[in-house]
Amino acid sequence: MPTVRMTVNGRAVSGEIEARTLLVHFLRNQLGLTGTHVGCDTSQCGACVVHVDGTSIKSCTLLAIQAEGAEVTTIEGLATGDELHPMQAAFREHHGLQCGFCTPGMVMSAVDLVKTNPDPSEQQIREGLEGNICRCTGYHNIVKAVKAGAKAMNAGAMKG
Amino acid sequence: MHNFNYHRPNNVADAVTALGGAGDGKIIAGGMTLVPTLKQRLAAPSDLIDLNGIADLKGIKAESDGITIGAMTRHAEVAASSLVKSAIPALAELAELIGDRQVRNRGTIGGSLANNDPAADYPAAILGLGATVRTNKREIAADDFFQGLFETALEEGEIITAVHFPKPEKAAYRKFAQPASRFALIGVFVAKTKGGIRVAVTGGGNGVFRATDIETALAANFTPAAAKGVKLDPADFNGDLHGTPEYRAALVSTMAARAVEAC
Amino acid sequence: MTTETGIGAAVKRREDFRFLTGRGTYTDDINRPHQAYGYILRSPYAAAQITGIDTSKAKAAPGVIAVLTGADYDKGGLPCGWQIHSKDGSPMIEPAHPPLCKDQVRHVGDQVALVVAETYAEAKDAAELIEVDYKELPAIISTAKASEDGAPQVWPEAKNNICFDWHIGDKAATDAAFAKAHHVTKIDLVNQRLIPNAMEPRSAVGDYDRATGDYTLYTTSQNPHVIRLLMGAFVLQIPEHKLRVVAPDVGGGFGSKIFHYAEEALVTWASGKVGRPIKWTAERSEAFISDAQGRDHVSHAELAMDKDGKFLGLRVNTIANMGAYLSTFAPCVPTYLHATLLAGVYTTPAIYAEVKAVFTHTVPVDAYRGAGRPEATYLLERLVAKAARDMQMDQVEIRRRNFIPKDAFPYQTPVALQYDSGDYEATLDLALQMSKWADFENRRAEAAKRGKLRGIGISTYLEACGIAPSAVVGSLGARAGLYETGSIRVHPTGSVTVFTGSHSHGQGHETTFAQLVSDGLGIPLENVEVVHGDTAKIPFGMGTYGSRSLAVGGSALVKAMDKIIAKATKIAAHLMEAAASDVEFKDGNFTVKGTDKSIPFGQVALTAYVPHNYPITELEPGLEETAFYDPLNFTYPGGTHICEVEIDPETGITQVVNFTAVDDVGRVINPMIVEGQVHGGLAQGIGQALLERCVYDEDSGQLLTGSYMDYTMPRADDLPSFQVATHGTMCTHNPIGAKGVGEVGAIGSPPAVINAVIDALAPLGIEDMSMPATPLKVWQAIQSAPKKMSAA
Repeated sequence: MPTVRMTVNGRAVSGEIEARTLLVHFLRNQLGLTGTHVGCDTSQCGACVVHVDGTSIKSCTLLAIQAEGAEVTTIEGLATGDELHPMQAAFREHHGLQCGFCTPGMVMSAVDLVKTNPDPSEQQIREGLEGNICRCTGYHNIVKAVKAGAKAMNAGAMKG
Repeated sequence: MHNFNYHRPNNVADAVTALGGAGDGKIIAGGMTLVPTLKQRLAAPSDLIDLNGIADLKGIKAESDGITIGAMTRHAEVAASSLVKSAIPALAELAELIGDRQVRNRGTIGGSLANNDPAADYPAAILGLGATVRTNKREIAADDFFQGLFETALEEGEIITAVHFPKPEKAAYRKFAQPASRFALIGVFVAKTKGGIRVAVTGGGNGVFRATDIETALAANFTPAAAKGVKLDPADFNGDLHGTPEYRAALVSTMAARAVEAC
Repeated sequence: MTTETGIGAAVKRREDFRFLTGRGTYTDDINRPHQAYGYILRSPYAAAQITGIDTSKAKAAPGVIAVLTGADYDKGGLPCGWQIHSKDGSPMIEPAHPPLCKDQVRHVGDQVALVVAETYAEAKDAAELIEVDYKELPAIISTAKASEDGAPQVWPEAKNNICFDWHIGDKAATDAAFAKAHHVTKIDLVNQRLIPNAMEPRSAVGDYDRATGDYTLYTTSQNPHVIRLLMGAFVLQIPEHKLRVVAPDVGGGFGSKIFHYAEEALVTWASGKVGRPIKWTAERSEAFISDAQGRDHVSHAELAMDKDGKFLGLRVNTIANMGAYLSTFAPCVPTYLHATLLAGVYTTPAIYAEVKAVFTHTVPVDAYRGAGRPEATYLLERLVAKAARDMQMDQVEIRRRNFIPKDAFPYQTPVALQYDSGDYEATLDLALQMSKWADFENRRAEAAKRGKLRGIGISTYLEACGIAPSAVVGSLGARAGLYETGSIRVHPTGSVTVFTGSHSHGQGHETTFAQLVSDGLGIPLENVEVVHGDTAKIPFGMGTYGSRSLAVGGSALVKAMDKIIAKATKIAAHLMEAAASDVEFKDGNFTVKGTDKSIPFGQVALTAYVPHNYPITELEPGLEETAFYDPLNFTYPGGTHICEVEIDPETGITQVVNFTAVDDVGRVINPMIVEGQVHGGLAQGIGQALLERCVYDEDSGQLLTGSYMDYTMPRADDLPSFQVATHGTMCTHNPIGAKGVGEVGAIGSPPAVINAVIDALAPLGIEDMSMPATPLKVWQAIQSAPKKMSAA
């Protein structure tokens, strides 16, 4: 079986995998990073979104072997210790999650969205989250959270 | 999905060799259609040849009164490219409408063309702008490239390397998305080019095609009303849960009119 | 005790940290040592005989541990939890429901074989090698046509595919009301089938322990004790004390995770057979053909009015599709959760409803968010809107004229329910004001200038939840009690663990229930931990559905707290050398009335566990109490939803531009969570009205909307931001005053949306629109409209 090596949440990892192994299954089953979820099989729902080399992708639609040498960030790698990333904190503050299943993908997408558009309008947030389906919240509070999260990320960037 | 042998060549020649050596090899570019297809076990290639390691296939450059986009350039790069935005803004806007953010971060122009999904967006731009598809073997004019449902002029062992887009006088793309999949239920690309008006339609049937009736009407009178006034024959369109042939035919005129308005 | 964390405070959720950092534990995240994986081979046909199965190649495939078919399965079938009797007194037809089909398959997705292998991929690879010989049979799919003569039969024992033919209400009184009517408004409606689509696909891990003979099932369930009871007692014959069911973090339910499913029984049974833990997790495309689906009613309704638009009588005839088998609570959905709601908020004195349930070759139908009540509300509010147009009355006025007045409670309806409280004028007035109803025509005119058709629609709804008084539901056919349990364990240092039979899968009970207990015992919120979802920890439980958790589960906790306080008062009285009757408990302190003698809750707790100075002859040491709470009545949330839409006549696309919801949900513990529940319900209701539908091919029975490529899930850009408010009247019969909030959004909103769409299209002479109002349907309606668009 081929061996794949990558950096996940800052840690160098490797594993023997079948070529057909999806990145999400490598993360969940081999690395035990179960925060990344699988909610569909047609690349629509976005529960599996992680960052690969700095941009958001659907880890159910990428072979693990294709991530050879890549820098991968999952939801587990977003917070600094117990201190939530500003986007995570904003989701909590604005009740942008209920059952929590879509949440990791939603947060990872939101962070990527704000990276390319630091001050998104409500409409841009709604369109920017097109690839993430939530069945619980009706998106109302997610939109509020992303708006607040963007503000906090910008403030953090200015400070930092 | 079934298992397969995986190859990651560094150059096109090695990719062709790997493809030739495989029992039933398939090329993977962005994988946005192929991986779901493999997951559903609708295809079971013996070998996957991944083009993501070939640096030569990536990038956007200005070239001979237009732009050239490498086959492995992601949709997000095209959408964000200042080069594309200044030369052919309609192309950047179209790229921004493909799939969702994550699909755009991974999907490639070459993959989209080689797959030729009948509801994909890119084929409308390639045909609408009269672009040229470059391969490891030759150049293929857009009018010759698309050959029906998931069929292209590509031959065995032929790999798309880049697409050259001549700069149009003006152009715009308008898409009516299928509500569930967000693919084009109907997408219309309208361009005023050196060679005349070109109107390309995706989502309507067995692949992208030119709406010549609308082209004629717009050649005479380049206004939204002229496009809207053309009634297309529903018999030329397919129907499904989301749109009857009549609906699709009407949407072509509507989207064409809106594209003209945006030109 | 501070007001920042008590009842009514918008406390941030305690469960969020783990969900936001990827540390939740959902069923598919659980891996047991030496675990194997299961894959279910499913029927590709809607109706077929199985004439042979050859598993030999699959059994020889790499990694395969077992291949099990209907021939191997020697246990019971899946039970139905509710029995309906037909008009003639005969019991409903209740066909066998084996977890693995033996001779015949009855819907696409029916279970044919279970493959157990070392990896999931190997199990799936091997399943491709199973050779099943099917003899395809004609299928019946259509709800409306299922009971026609000559329709293919799903079950030989169910003639004309009829499961039951039931009725409620006074037919003679209703006929008499119609006889004296000034006008009768009639309507035909389809409440389309939906697919619940909780984002977490169902999953189950069965784990048999040879050493102890114990079985453990980890499963995506809204009610682990119910699964233990049904699966243990009826399916696998495992006694409760040898079976533990754990429902850990569950990624949304919306009803679809109430029911006992074949896969849960199969992995548990097979784990015992092969001696390995077995995990099965649905792929989404599998969920589409195996999760119980929702709605699917075809109805005709008639409303009799006097000359002033006062409702005199209502007749309803509904056909409800059960699918191929009876899912756990399917029969009660179109009957006692639907027809009993047909009075709505109105004083209609005579109502008669008939409900015929039919079998078809489709996935079973059961409760989905609202369950029966959205169907009733849609029917009634579409009918009332049409009646107003027929009578040329204002949409608001016709409703006001027929409202049950706020001083008429308790109010007995002609269809069994007795409402305890409500103030429909108040929610209506607030909603009219918030939605700027009075200025609407200006907005319509402004939209017309932009070439858009703008419309406004209203729905004044009521629902019954807080399910349910056991004796009442028992008399109506329920085969279970519907109380809830709660235990409060006070630890020696005064912190508290709360055990609830309710289950949280997004509702935030770990926060709200902690607020309730913190408030009740006067202890800091951080000293309260809420535990749920494990039959090994919780005494018993009926679970979460029917917006019952706070009204029933919360009330059980209040009752348990009452017991805690009663005992603690005696301990405090002993410590303060006072009579218990002189000691009062307030804000976490026990005080001798009229004195400054006071001791805190924590000191009493410590004394209970260190009983050196203790009334040991009267009281046991320790401080832990359990209560079972059986509600006295349903609860009756209600309210007003107002929707405003804009339609692009060229494309037919409908955009919701404003949505206002004012709901009476009774007492609110955490307004942030309550609003979130309403938002989510609205999204599902608007989804039903505009986007979602489950479509089968009428001939082949293949599911045409079998993935997110064709089943339109509401996405962020399909919806607006909502304006929501609550206006509470208290539930009079539970100790909290709570009514329930989980379903109101999905119940009230669909007719508001469709009424708005029809209002937008009315200038073209269009009077009807079915759900979902897709761009295609709206465009077609405009194309064939009696009147054309006037030039903007």
